[in-house]
Amino acid sequence: MIKAILIFNNHGKPRLSKFYEHYNEDTEQQIIRETFHLVSKRDENVCNFLEGGMLIGGSDYKLIYRHYATLYFVFCVDSSESELGILDLIQVFVETLDKCFENVCELDLIFHVDKVHNILAEMVMGGMVLETNMNEIITQVDAQNKMEKSEVMCFVTFINQCPCLDICSMQGHCFAFHTASASR
Amino acid sequence: MALKIVKGSIDRMFDKNLQDLVRGIRNHKEDEAKYISTCIDEIKQELKQDNIAVKANAVCKLTYLQMLGYDVSWAAFNIVEVMSSSKFTYKRIGYLAASQCFHESTDVIMLTTNQIRKDLSSPNQYDTGVALTGLSCFVTPDLARDLANDIMTLMSHTKPYIRKKAVLIMYKVFLKYPESLRPAFPRLKEKLEDPDPGVQSAAVNVICELARRNPKNYLSLAPLFFKLMTSSTNNWVLIKIIKLFGALTPLEPRLGKKLIEPLTNLIHRKIHIFSSHKMLCSQSHLIVSLSRIAVLISLSSGMPNHSASIQVMKYLGLLAMSKILKTHPKSVQSHKDLILQCLDDKDESIRLRALDLLYGMVSKKNLMEIVKKLMLHVDKAEGTTYRDELLTKIIDICSQSNYQYITNFEWYISILVELTRLEGTRHGHLIASQMLDVAIRVRAIRVFAVAQMATLLDNAHLLTGNMQRMGICEVLYAAAWICGEFSEHLENPMQTLEAMLRPKVATLPGHIQAVYVQNAAKLFATVLKNQEGNTDSTAAQETSQLMIDRLPLFVQSANLEVQERASCILQLVKYIQKLQQKDVEVAEEVCALFAGELNPVAPKAQKKVPVPEGLDLDAWINEPPSESESEDEQPKAIFAKEEPKHSRPRHTEVDEKELARRREARKQEQANNPFYIKASPSSQKAYQEAPGVEHIPVVQIDLSVPLKVPGLPMSDQYVKLEEERRQKERADKKKKEKKKRKEKRSGRGRKHDSGPESEEDITPAHMVDIVTEEMPENALPSDDDDKDPNDPHKALDIDLDKPLADSEKLPVRAHRAAEAPKSPAEDGEAENAASQEPKKKSSKEKREKKKDKDRDRKVRIKWQKDYKSSKHKKKKQKKEKEEKEKKKKKKHHHHHHHSDGGGEESVQNGTVEEEEPLPVSVYDIQGNLQDGSQVVVSVIFENKCDSFLKSMEFNVLDSLNSKLQRPEGSGPHDGLTVPFQLPPGVSNEARFVFTVQSIVMPQKLKGTLTFIVKNEDSSTHEKLDFKLHFTCTSYLITTPCYSDAFAKLLESGDLKCSSVRLEGVIMPFHHLLARICFHHHFSVVERIDSCASMYSRSIQGHHVCLLVKTSGQTVSIDAKCDEPTLLGNVLDEIKQTFSQC
Repeated sequence: MIKAILIFNNHGKPRLSKFYEHYNEDTEQQIIRETFHLVSKRDENVCNFLEGGMLIGGSDYKLIYRHYATLYFVFCVDSSESELGILDLIQVFVETLDKCFENVCELDLIFHVDKVHNILAEMVMGGMVLETNMNEIITQVDAQNKMEKSEVMCFVTFINQCPCLDICSMQGHCFAFHTASASR
Repeated sequence: MALKIVKGSIDRMFDKNLQDLVRGIRNHKEDEAKYISTCIDEIKQELKQDNIAVKANAVCKLTYLQMLGYDVSWAAFNIVEVMSSSKFTYKRIGYLAASQCFHESTDVIMLTTNQIRKDLSSPNQYDTGVALTGLSCFVTPDLARDLANDIMTLMSHTKPYIRKKAVLIMYKVFLKYPESLRPAFPRLKEKLEDPDPGVQSAAVNVICELARRNPKNYLSLAPLFFKLMTSSTNNWVLIKIIKLFGALTPLEPRLGKKLIEPLTNLIHRKIHIFSSHKMLCSQSHLIVSLSRIAVLISLSSGMPNHSASIQVMKYLGLLAMSKILKTHPKSVQSHKDLILQCLDDKDESIRLRALDLLYGMVSKKNLMEIVKKLMLHVDKAEGTTYRDELLTKIIDICSQSNYQYITNFEWYISILVELTRLEGTRHGHLIASQMLDVAIRVRAIRVFAVAQMATLLDNAHLLTGNMQRMGICEVLYAAAWICGEFSEHLENPMQTLEAMLRPKVATLPGHIQAVYVQNAAKLFATVLKNQEGNTDSTAAQETSQLMIDRLPLFVQSANLEVQERASCILQLVKYIQKLQQKDVEVAEEVCALFAGELNPVAPKAQKKVPVPEGLDLDAWINEPPSESESEDEQPKAIFAKEEPKHSRPRHTEVDEKELARRREARKQEQANNPFYIKASPSSQKAYQEAPGVEHIPVVQIDLSVPLKVPGLPMSDQYVKLEEERRQKERADKKKKEKKKRKEKRSGRGRKHDSGPESEEDITPAHMVDIVTEEMPENALPSDDDDKDPNDPHKALDIDLDKPLADSEKLPVRAHRAAEAPKSPAEDGEAENAASQEPKKKSSKEKREKKKDKDRDRKVRIKWQKDYKSSKHKKKKQKKEKEEKEKKKKKKHHHHHHHSDGGGEESVQNGTVEEEEPLPVSVYDIQGNLQDGSQVVVSVIFENKCDSFLKSMEFNVLDSLNSKLQRPEGSGPHDGLTVPFQLPPGVSNEARFVFTVQSIVMPQKLKGTLTFIVKNEDSSTHEKLDFKLHFTCTSYLITTPCYSDAFAKLLESGDLKCSSVRLEGVIMPFHHLLARICFHHHFSVVERIDSCASMYSRSIQGHHVCLLVKTSGQTVSIDAKCDEPTLLGNVLDEIKQTFSQC
């Protein structure tokens, strides 16, 4: 089981946190801080495993992390997960993000945390690995985004068709809408 | 006007979305908190709007703020609103927010049940998917109960996307609602063979998680997983399956052998898999050697440019070794140097792993050496975490298995004393408890320990020097207590007493001061006793004066405990002084205050005290007063408001939390109490095995060793001394041996002395007498209290092979729907549920069939022992020994289901319910697929008498054809020792391998089981005769066969024909088939109406084909086999089976 998935940057600012067990907000922040502290002080060329901190887990849990440019991807897992398997999963996750955002960078994660969550939801569900095939993940994510877009379009056409609306004044908003959905 | 509202709301919608919020936060770096609080105010405004889009936007922002650590639980209801939007876009936002911030105590969760149910049955697969994902994060027991059935339906959804998610979420449902496991399990099992790889992987995932905690319930799935392992190409599935087998192999040793081949293939295919195969603690040496290769590869330093991945491999290699260590310590011990090298690694994770390994590697011989190395590391280590870890490891290593590896306790004490010099450690209490433990339990060491502790007390200022070292001052607690309790060993008690009463002591924590005061009193008593002999009484009076001068300091202490003890003792000393002035001899009486030895009590001892008969702990002693009464009795608060709390009746039930807190407090107290010694994990065992410790002679140690050697740390000194001693011992032994050899020159010379000394050769420096902890007299031997009662997986320990009872069905919503007015959507759903019903039934049937298949791999043969020795008859009846089939209970249920085939039950039950309790035994003979000439006989021995059975020997008179496999070097008539002993009421299984040359004839082997019956007062040698019946069917192995292959086989013409007719068989045809399958290891190839073809194969590869026809009460069986004798015998056996009905 995966207990938590954390993404934070080189300064410990959280970019995504997903806990599969409930903690209150303060503990969550403490865990993120502690994890950052543990992970950031490690050299680049040491192994990617780390026996868990005080707050999260215990002896059965370990942290498996990878460092990409400015971001740390940390998974906290118990002994039923394979270490190399999780490393692989992190790689798949990052590659998927890369595909979905086209050359992903930290800014994408900062501004579209909801989208990252949606991608993650197609990979890990309730702490268990759901899908590891990148193509399958991307297909599902795309299909859902398409659905979202079509709903937005419906809304726009509904506004356009609405007789009592001043269409000209709406144009600007429609435009805004398009750009909003495109930027998502 | 309307336009304005719409426009306004749309304007507002683009007011600030998530991106704007993030941008805003980034632009307000200095006053982030203030900015966010204004944002939250805005969000609150937005949530008040009717427009769902605005609400969704607000909730989306809240999700982000939650990640930053802001509590958003106040918006829970709005989240539910957004969740229930009909638009996927908003629904997704809602579910995401819910999954991030809902948990079991969120009260609005109960509002979501119907919404989630609606989403689950939505025609849009992504609505369902999003609901499942969300639910997986916040499922509660209530939700699990209400939705279990809906989710189970989804497990057979047409879309693999939904199936996958539904299967995966079932694990969460099982955790929250364990009752659902049994009804859902058949379908879960089906999903293992789902055409979609994703669904398959999810099912494997779930079963692996389940099996990890309770592997024994999933043994029956092993063949299926075996098939998956050889066929699957998905790495994830493979990894999970191998992990699963890792959990299963310890339970079923035969699995290990079978796994070797596919695993080797896998490892050759991908080195990747290697990481998980470490889980396999199987018996096979091959696996061990393979992993050794891998470990070596990973540990050898090469390829410097890949240092990171080398580090990964190094870590995994060490991890693998720690798994192997548990089963094959020898093979790991040979890598000791490599592992010690890893301690120097720059990577902390690797160092910690290596430390873990060291724990399992120590022996009497290398303990000192290893600890010495570790001590060096302690000095070098920077960073307190690692140093603390080292410290605990050193203590763990030394104290493991009741100090098994320590040969010289003086050395150990000096190590502990050295450890106290560590700066800033948190583990002072650990060192303290070790000191106490050793001093209490190793009598011979007390003199030395007391001397050391006195020095410690003298130098207390070093330990308490600065506030940072507060953790270590716990050691003083132990030191003070040891000096006080064993003060008779003190060389200069007066000096120690003086040290204990220094004013500086008052800066120590309260509980330590309390111990100081108490033990000062003990010391005082000793000092008085020593001085009593002198004619000059001034010395004694001076001592009293010292006490009277110093104690008032403690009387003023803020700590109640210290204050109380101090004032008590002060008064006592004042009284003593008065008596002294009158020249009365008081020493003896004062000493009597502290007389008596304190024995260590095992921490579990209290729990183990059996409840006396007739005592009901749950019964009220007094009837509890009614609620109102207790309210009336509440006294008026006069002094303070909390007063009523104290006067609350004691027997009011305390809530769980309070109980837990109190328990914790008690534990704490016990930990601090010197009379409660924490047991090492195996102390229980040691307790049972230890012979009466009182009889071991206690040898006084001569303290020729100087206590401190300048320049050298002390423990080193001991290492040297110890080495010298060992050397000397070895030399002595050599001499002796030489002498021996000279004496009997003809004797075979042993090379013993030239090789490295073995474990046993090292004798402890002095006989130590390790006092075992006390246990109540009739403590229960079971040690099941190690399990955590709060473990959610405990509830999932459910026997999955039992057929489902009606009461166990999942709650279906039907009866509730009848009450509520039905919406069209719900109608459809109800229909759906109805159509599910027959499916469920069929799956149930399938399951039963499957079970038959599982069962028919084994033959159970009734075996009634000849009971010849009439001399012992009466005695033996009492000591009836029954060997019982392991799965009897299961089998019983099985029969129950085929209740109309009632006659069969007697096979099993008849043997057990014999009128006279005769030793009856059921065993299982199984052919070995890999070796055509071997059968394995598993026998379950159960001790039904009240005495202890030991030295069991199993022997069989070999025939020409069948031989019991004995270890090399033993004669053909030697018995095999059964590798266990049986306490009363315990059963255990042993396996014996037989070699069989020809399998075409059934045969019986005579054998005897000899054993020693041990009572409290006597032990007698007993013997049981038995017969092993090897039927021909026990050589058959159920092998599935497809109809085309079957037809080809029949056409080939190599097979000889034979037939048999059974008359008067009154049972349904499928029962008949099931019976043949079950008892004779056949599998059904094809069945058409009242005609069926069946197939089986012998361990030597003979094909056996049956054609079974039935008409009325006559059953005719035409059979073909390439070995006519075998066929004849098999048919005879089948005939016999049915004649018993």
